[in-house]
Amino acid sequence: MGADLFEVSVNLVKMIIIFVMMVQLVPLLVWVERRGSAFIQNRLGPNRVGPLGLTQLLADAVKFIFKEEFVPEKTKRFLFYAAPVVSLVPAAIAFGAIPLSLPINIEQFEMFGSTFGPYRFAFQSFEVGIGIVFVLGISSLGAYSMLMAGWSSNNKYSLLGALRSCAQMISYELALGLSIVGILLLYGTFDFATMIDAQQGPLTFMLLGKEVSVPFLPNWGIFYQPLGAILFFTAVFAETNRTPFDLPEAEAELVAGYHTEYSGLKMNMFYIGEYGHMMAASALMAVFYFGGYDIPFLSPDSVRETFLGWGLSANKAAIATAFLFHVSMFAKILFFLWVFIWVRWTIPRFRYDQLMDLGWKTMLPWALANTIITAIVIYIMRTNWS
Amino acid sequence: MNSLVPIIALTIFVLLFGAGLLFLVSLVGPKPKNSSAKNSTYECGIDVQTTGHSKISVRYYLTAILFILFDIEIIFMYPWALAYGDFIKEGHGLYILGAMGVFLLIFIIGLIWEIKSKALEWD
Repeated sequence: MGADLFEVSVNLVKMIIIFVMMVQLVPLLVWVERRGSAFIQNRLGPNRVGPLGLTQLLADAVKFIFKEEFVPEKTKRFLFYAAPVVSLVPAAIAFGAIPLSLPINIEQFEMFGSTFGPYRFAFQSFEVGIGIVFVLGISSLGAYSMLMAGWSSNNKYSLLGALRSCAQMISYELALGLSIVGILLLYGTFDFATMIDAQQGPLTFMLLGKEVSVPFLPNWGIFYQPLGAILFFTAVFAETNRTPFDLPEAEAELVAGYHTEYSGLKMNMFYIGEYGHMMAASALMAVFYFGGYDIPFLSPDSVRETFLGWGLSANKAAIATAFLFHVSMFAKILFFLWVFIWVRWTIPRFRYDQLMDLGWKTMLPWALANTIITAIVIYIMRTNWS
Repeated sequence: MNSLVPIIALTIFVLLFGAGLLFLVSLVGPKPKNSSAKNSTYECGIDVQTTGHSKISVRYYLTAILFILFDIEIIFMYPWALAYGDFIKEGHGLYILGAMGVFLLIFIIGLIWEIKSKALEWD
């Protein structure tokens, strides 16, 4: 975690800040969801408590804490309490492994009469070299908390919802895993930072062994993998149990799915897990297909030079650059989160057999076709035919 | 090992955060007054007719088994995709494309057979 006390403490604080940021974004997203749905349905939504209804969230949070701690009879108590807590873990860890901005390189500096440094702080909770595999593996652990909740509730609706959600998640995981193979073929790496580096600058690719450049487009993955991007984003909707794939909590059939018996803060924690999953998925979408923290036509070095030109010290310039690029990444994440909400209030829910058919018989073959076409095109483009 | 430490630290922190919140709620929330109507399992208001753990459709098991088979096959593609660019650079592109082509052919035949044998029908 670090060589000395300063580095370790900075890393720990960073880790906690990213987690708290994730948790704090949830009430805001709930507000956006309620207001957004209201505007889509031509009504006003919560607008009484505070400006634009923003402090409604605070009131809700206080209400959740002062709710009665209630467990129905015949439940498996340990699993019943453990499920909402466990549901936080995969979302937090998956989100923590995704780089949110450039790493900050700190040169040697003096503080309290002793010298520190040089350091390199990654703008994420922790770095894992096998980023993609790690995030995919961790985020699919989300099925466990649902199964725990469904099994321990001793309620047939809960169990049915949990089983459905588990079957749905594993079915769409195939399409999800396969749509990423195209990205791996393209960049040849599991590491997020390397992948984002490869997406900097204008659109440049090899055409029959010669380099072709399109100066007015950014070098983002979406231009190489449009079908993969659509498949990935669709599969992610199913993975996070959002409409149109929210069969686990189809309220017309299953009351509320796996969290039927949950109330108060315990149910709220499931929501934090779900929104955390959405944030991780949006971040992945940005990293794979939209250049991550890349700002089109603006290289990190030139930004750092500009900051240095304004008279900032090298360390401050590095920090300011990282935060500027973090704003870019965050804007992309917020955009995809809005798409999640937008789709929820636009497209109605599938029937269960339609959902499974879409996963196995439509998305899996298309993802396979995407893989094969990508492989063949890359072979033709990159081979030196002369 | 060193890169595992922050992951474990974050896991422990998140678990403690969740457990702490639950503990906080149990401190400040009102104490429950029990009654059999309130404590019984929710079944849309009627008296409880069934146990929570009834029989489960065999389709779920079938889906799970098929998932494991296909997921292993997909994971097998990851190292291939990773090494693909290097093979092309060294001029062995056709070899690696053909090698994976055979594997993908088996994958596709499996998928078609699975659909044809109606293993994925939900009725």
